[in-house]
Amino acid sequence: MTPATQHALIAAMAETIIAHTDDLTALDLAIGDGDHGLNMRRGFEAVLADIDNLAGQPLPEALKSLGTTLVMKVGGASGPLYGTLFITLAKELPAEPTVTDAAAALDKAIAAVKARGKSEPGQKTMLDVLVPVQQALALGGGNLARRLPAVAEEAARATVPMHAIRGRASFLGARSVGHMDPGACSSAFLVAAACGVLEGACA
Amino acid sequence: MTQNVGIVIVSHSPKVAEGAADMVRQMVGDSVPIAFAGGNPEGGIGTDVGAIMAAIDAAWSQAGVAILVDLGGAETNSEMAIEMMREDQRSRIVICNAPIVEGAVMAATEASGGSDLAKVKAAAEELMAL
Repeated sequence: MTPATQHALIAAMAETIIAHTDDLTALDLAIGDGDHGLNMRRGFEAVLADIDNLAGQPLPEALKSLGTTLVMKVGGASGPLYGTLFITLAKELPAEPTVTDAAAALDKAIAAVKARGKSEPGQKTMLDVLVPVQQALALGGGNLARRLPAVAEEAARATVPMHAIRGRASFLGARSVGHMDPGACSSAFLVAAACGVLEGACA
Repeated sequence: MTQNVGIVIVSHSPKVAEGAADMVRQMVGDSVPIAFAGGNPEGGIGTDVGAIMAAIDAAWSQAGVAILVDLGGAETNSEMAIEMMREDQRSRIVICNAPIVEGAVMAATEASGGSDLAKVKAAAEELMAL
């Protein structure tokens, strides 16, 4: 990946989170503690502040630094969860990954997020977006960068009727039904942002 | 320098963390190293992995450190902080499954008698069995 593509990839992910701070916070006010948007923004603002350094490193090193920044700056449970996701991707990805490499690395990263959050798909969390995205990635086929955002968006919407088992929303029990999970939503935003850049880069 | 197990209190609220540490300090004096971390990296409600790591170092004892946490993010961030500590420290840091204030008092009281880390953790967690 060229430094320019990597710069664009990181910028797109950070900017989408920052742009959707209020949306994520509104979702989290409904079923959580209302800090997901602000926490994620704090983390990704720190990432943006370091973007020139991140863009210049080989992809695995950049992902590790990005993940560590999220761990240190987010200040909520989403910090270690997203941090674990990116740090595991960093461990598993080669500097120039193929789609097969990406699917395998995401599979490992999802396993690490499950362990960190003591959670499984179906419990109204970011895993409910990441797992179907990984499955679509593993199946491969054409136009992946265009198809994955739709998979992610549909998966995020599918968390609306779910009953939260993990995270703060689980305190609400049945009252968590009827709202999209904020972590699923932020994951879908990140997938869409990353794919938007990669689609342009691969075209 | 005490070799008693150290106690770290991690709360979403800086005031809760500091207040709980004050309570513990009043009960066990200087016989147990105590540190706390509360608030996100901006000082708002949340938790801060870097601050938790610093608190573990501040309360460090060769006997280890027991951490008391309040809500989910405090636990997840404390687990992350433990993994980011030095390798020789990690196996001597535990998170207690206990209410933060009562657990901290129970753990510190047990620690002040020179009990090992497993006993300190068990003392805090007895509260969950009641």
